[in-house]
Amino acid sequence: MTTPIPPFPLPRVLTYPTAPGPPPLLIAQGAEGRLYKTTHLHPSRPCALKYRPPKPYRHPILDARLTKARIAAEAKVLDRCRREGVSVPAVYALDAAAGWLMMEWIEGVPVRAGINTWLGERGEEGEGEEGPIVELMGRMGDAVGRLHGTGIVHGDLTTSNMMLRPVVGSTTTDARRRAVEGEVVVIDFGLATQSSSDEDRAVDLYVLERAFASTHPRAERLFGHLLAAYGRTSKKAPGVLRKLEEVRLRGRKKSMLG
Amino acid sequence: MEDRRPIACLWSDTQALVAVARCWSGEGGTRYLALGCEGSANKLGIGIIAHDALTGTPTVLSNIRHTFVSPPGTGFLPKDTAHHHRSFFVRVAHEALSAADITPSEIDCICYTRGPGMGGPLTSVAIAARTLALLWGKELVGVNHCVGHIEMGRAITGAQDPVVLYVSGGNTQVIAYAEQRYRIFGEALDIAVGNCLDRFARALEISNDPAPGYNIEQLAKKGGGVLVDLPYAVKGMDCSFSGILTRAEELAGQMRAGEKGPDGEVLTPEDLCFSLQETVFAMLVEITERAMAHVGSNQVLIVGGVGCNERLQEMMGAMAAERGGSVYATDERFCIDNGIMIAHAGLLAYETGLRTPLEESTCTQRFRTDEVFVKWRK
Repeated sequence: MTTPIPPFPLPRVLTYPTAPGPPPLLIAQGAEGRLYKTTHLHPSRPCALKYRPPKPYRHPILDARLTKARIAAEAKVLDRCRREGVSVPAVYALDAAAGWLMMEWIEGVPVRAGINTWLGERGEEGEGEEGPIVELMGRMGDAVGRLHGTGIVHGDLTTSNMMLRPVVGSTTTDARRRAVEGEVVVIDFGLATQSSSDEDRAVDLYVLERAFASTHPRAERLFGHLLAAYGRTSKKAPGVLRKLEEVRLRGRKKSMLG
Repeated sequence: MEDRRPIACLWSDTQALVAVARCWSGEGGTRYLALGCEGSANKLGIGIIAHDALTGTPTVLSNIRHTFVSPPGTGFLPKDTAHHHRSFFVRVAHEALSAADITPSEIDCICYTRGPGMGGPLTSVAIAARTLALLWGKELVGVNHCVGHIEMGRAITGAQDPVVLYVSGGNTQVIAYAEQRYRIFGEALDIAVGNCLDRFARALEISNDPAPGYNIEQLAKKGGGVLVDLPYAVKGMDCSFSGILTRAEELAGQMRAGEKGPDGEVLTPEDLCFSLQETVFAMLVEITERAMAHVGSNQVLIVGGVGCNERLQEMMGAMAAERGGSVYATDERFCIDNGIMIAHAGLLAYETGLRTPLEESTCTQRFRTDEVFVKWRK
């Protein structure tokens, strides 16, 4: 029933014998595409190459249209965030028609892994100290708030799409505490759009809220700390949180009957 | 039966102990029987299922359905649909009993759809189910319609822990099981995908017999010369269909007026159906793939009426194969609303001790999949 995933042919851009360095490494096969770790210009400069392979299930015309538009849009959004000082990977190079985008390599683990390490095997919620994880929720809310402040909504916020960049020279010795420290770097802007409307921002938060609740059911009640931090990031943020209440109700209602 | 006792007594499982007690007391046989009544939309379904009391293996004894079909260009209205269900209930129930070749005395419980669905039709069937329970002196079990689809899909296909795409006229949800609940990862933010297809069929005045979606599928098979550009609306693991429907209806209007498409192409019903299917199914496969990547699963189960569309199954299969997994789907007997799925999910709950007292045997239009505590799974 379960067969091993067949090895993928490399995207063409990774088949050119250019600078010597470690061979490209397939890091992840997300729904969006494949992520390779390779190098850019120099063997000592690691980078992430995001490749959107043609989807066999999709009509070729629709597929080409979506791939090209999404790579170009993602590069544009990353560039804009970078200029506005939001923590995101820097763009190194791209070819939209060929479906690839080369970006800065972010060290560290996804927030999802960090939170899971923190939660560990503990059964009941609300036990022990919560300072470090509450702070992490705050940093996540802050990151999303500043992202929205640039006029961009992410479109696919999950704890898998946020990285924890390790603190250089960290003195934390406790492994659980170390798991939730570090700068939150938002990644995977494949579905991002430019929008400043409260509605779109609220939907962005709603997507995150639901993904968070499904991925970390035991930490669900901590989500309030993220929203609180979000609310402090700009003058418009409290309005977005009010809109979120509406989106929650509508989501509930509409999910039942068309 | 005598031989089984010592083995069964070793089980800590209460279900097995109850089964053994039943054998000893001579009350009932070595199986549980449930009759399920479904009528949340335009299908009235009554089915009878048997669960082996020791192994839990389900056997379908009968699965009878009668569909209310409205004329082309119209949808089914709650009032007319409720009337249809009331008129056909006794006939369908008789047929289910005789096809199963059992008597009412053998039945353990009467299961009915508690929601979600259309108010009128739900109420008609809930009242009929209550009547049967009182008439025969049986316990009632209220069932969540969506959970019924999921459990039946799992039972028929043998998929263990799949990501579930539930697509029908009223629901569009991407679901995965975690910690005793079916959790909704993604859903339609406005209308359901089946509703989008049904309403487009109305715009083209395609027949509703046997189902508008089926007729769109047949037309789409003849199309494909042109892919008409339609909006593509995916937000994370959620999606939206109302904008696509508006655009598709607009194009249908242009076609009727004899106008050409945006790129100067000649518009035909076949190509419009083809383009609509390609677009909305690509969205569904995309959100399913995202959920699979998120939970790390490579099995996908498609349930609900739209799930019998072969093009959707084919596209999902291509996606799953690429992820080293497989797609599980059922045919129209189990995909389209039916009584057997209500009987099956209800009986699973009954075996864990769940009962719906008569005074609480209500129904509701809104009943989320994740509200149900799934006691029968680990």
